[in-house]
Amino acid sequence: MRRVIANTFREVSFFGAVGLFVVLTAFPFYWMLITSLKSNSDLYNVTNIPFWFNDPPTLEHFRYLFEQTLFVHWLWNSLIIGVCVVAITVVAAVPAGYSLARMTGRKGEALGIGIFLTYLVPPTLLFLPLSRIVADLGLQNSMWSLVLVYPTFTIPFCSWLLMGFFKAMPPEIEEAAIVDGCSLFGAFVKMAIPLSLPAILTVVIFTFTLTLQEFVYALTFISSSAQKPITLGVATDLVRGDIFFWGEIMAGALLASIPVAIAYNLFLDRFISGITGGAVK
Amino acid sequence: MVTIVEPIAKPASRFRFVLDRREVLGSLFLAPAILYVLLLVGLPFLLAVYYSVSAYTIYDPSWRFVGLANFEQIVRNPVFLETLGNTFLFTFGSQFLGLVLGKFGALLLLRPFPGRKLVRALIILPWAVPIALATVAWEWMFDSLYSVVNWTMIALGIITRAEAPNWLGNPHLAMLCVIVVNAWRFFPFAIVVFLAGITSVPQDIIDAATVDGAGFWRRNYQIILPLILPIVAVGLIFGIVFTFTDLSIVFLLTNGGPINATSVLGFEGFQVGIVSGDVSHGAAISLFMLPVLFFVVIAMLRFIRQREI
Repeated sequence: MRRVIANTFREVSFFGAVGLFVVLTAFPFYWMLITSLKSNSDLYNVTNIPFWFNDPPTLEHFRYLFEQTLFVHWLWNSLIIGVCVVAITVVAAVPAGYSLARMTGRKGEALGIGIFLTYLVPPTLLFLPLSRIVADLGLQNSMWSLVLVYPTFTIPFCSWLLMGFFKAMPPEIEEAAIVDGCSLFGAFVKMAIPLSLPAILTVVIFTFTLTLQEFVYALTFISSSAQKPITLGVATDLVRGDIFFWGEIMAGALLASIPVAIAYNLFLDRFISGITGGAVK
Repeated sequence: MVTIVEPIAKPASRFRFVLDRREVLGSLFLAPAILYVLLLVGLPFLLAVYYSVSAYTIYDPSWRFVGLANFEQIVRNPVFLETLGNTFLFTFGSQFLGLVLGKFGALLLLRPFPGRKLVRALIILPWAVPIALATVAWEWMFDSLYSVVNWTMIALGIITRAEAPNWLGNPHLAMLCVIVVNAWRFFPFAIVVFLAGITSVPQDIIDAATVDGAGFWRRNYQIILPLILPIVAVGLIFGIVFTFTDLSIVFLLTNGGPINATSVLGFEGFQVGIVSGDVSHGAAISLFMLPVLFFVVIAMLRFIRQREI
């Protein structure tokens, strides 16, 4: 009997702790959702219970967001930036990752670590010279500046990820293709790329989410509303003077968060094995 | 006869030919990535170093060399010293909090239970979602008038409405807020890193320790923790580097205020270099991050190499 009580107690405290963690991580997103669906009179009344609807829920904030703000425009900007950065990243990082993986000896290892370390060079160190370079290229205040700059962190990161994947692929596969008459380049195109499609897909998804998450370069280079990507637009452009449009801001934040959250969860395991690949053998 | 000899000779010569070209193709494959990085990371980096020893502003774009004068002026500025202190407090406070929460969360998620996948998906949210958007949600939660945190505390009878704190308006509380938000953002990452480490420890090592009489704490802190240290170290590099150089949380949540109480290096560099247009001083402020970055990266790399599990 005492054992049953002790067991129950353990179970209850275990699930209680799990519940606490979930509330801690998910509450701000629940808060976005509930705020975005509340009417203003409900939102700005301190005596109302904030956790649930006191007035009936409304889609007024979403309507305002889509009709009266540049939200749809920002969505497009982010999509275009994302697609272009993904294209540049894949073209540069797939061969680089392959080359690093097949390079033998110390040189390959050193180059790999070197490329990876550039991923750690922070935007807040580079934004001043980069904004000058961007201006010299005539890209100031344009979203194309982000297309130019974002690959500086996506290429190193993705080369590193892909290097790990290609290392796990036995070189005998390409050697067999070469023996059968393929050139070295042909073996890469016909054998290595098709076999690593899942890895390339991971890289595509992660590059895209990285472009959505980026904030510092966007903040530095872009000031006109029509050129902003979605993260910057929602975070800085829905404030009029001192007045925050909380309903609209939360609606926009929610809509921009959902796709990233889903993509991240689907590819999380590959991502983790990629970044920690160098540390665990 | 000829048909038998040829297949043997041909692969041999072709293989040699391929070996000759392998170097060329390898370099060719690496070239775009390395060029991109050299032109848009290497070159700007050198430019940043030069800015910091010049008198360059956006109003007077001269390249006049002024030596270390910028650094001297910065170090004498009490606001900068406060910023430097804030940056360390912000980084190590949030990383410590994040690691503790991460270790605890990983222990919980290690055990299989119904709905674990869903729980993991929810717990990873703060790390996955763009931090600028999540920070805006926190800003709304810490609102001076409509704060849900205050509402809850009042409803629970902990405080009265008259003594409800103004989270982002009080210097100490504002610092606490940015630390908490950053720890909140990083601890899911810490959980995932700990989980990846723990699941990579071979089960027979744990079994052997159990047979030898090691209890829960001993297994955790004397067997598993040393084995997963390299992977945790990599996670910590990420955490420290990204927090130490961060700007978005402070920019959106407190804008460095009240009265510079939450100003950090990245934010100060942005304010001086971009907002005020004093590029040379901004670059010099940003360069103060460099020693810490070097130290962290080198220490961790050496550490990882030494462990060699």
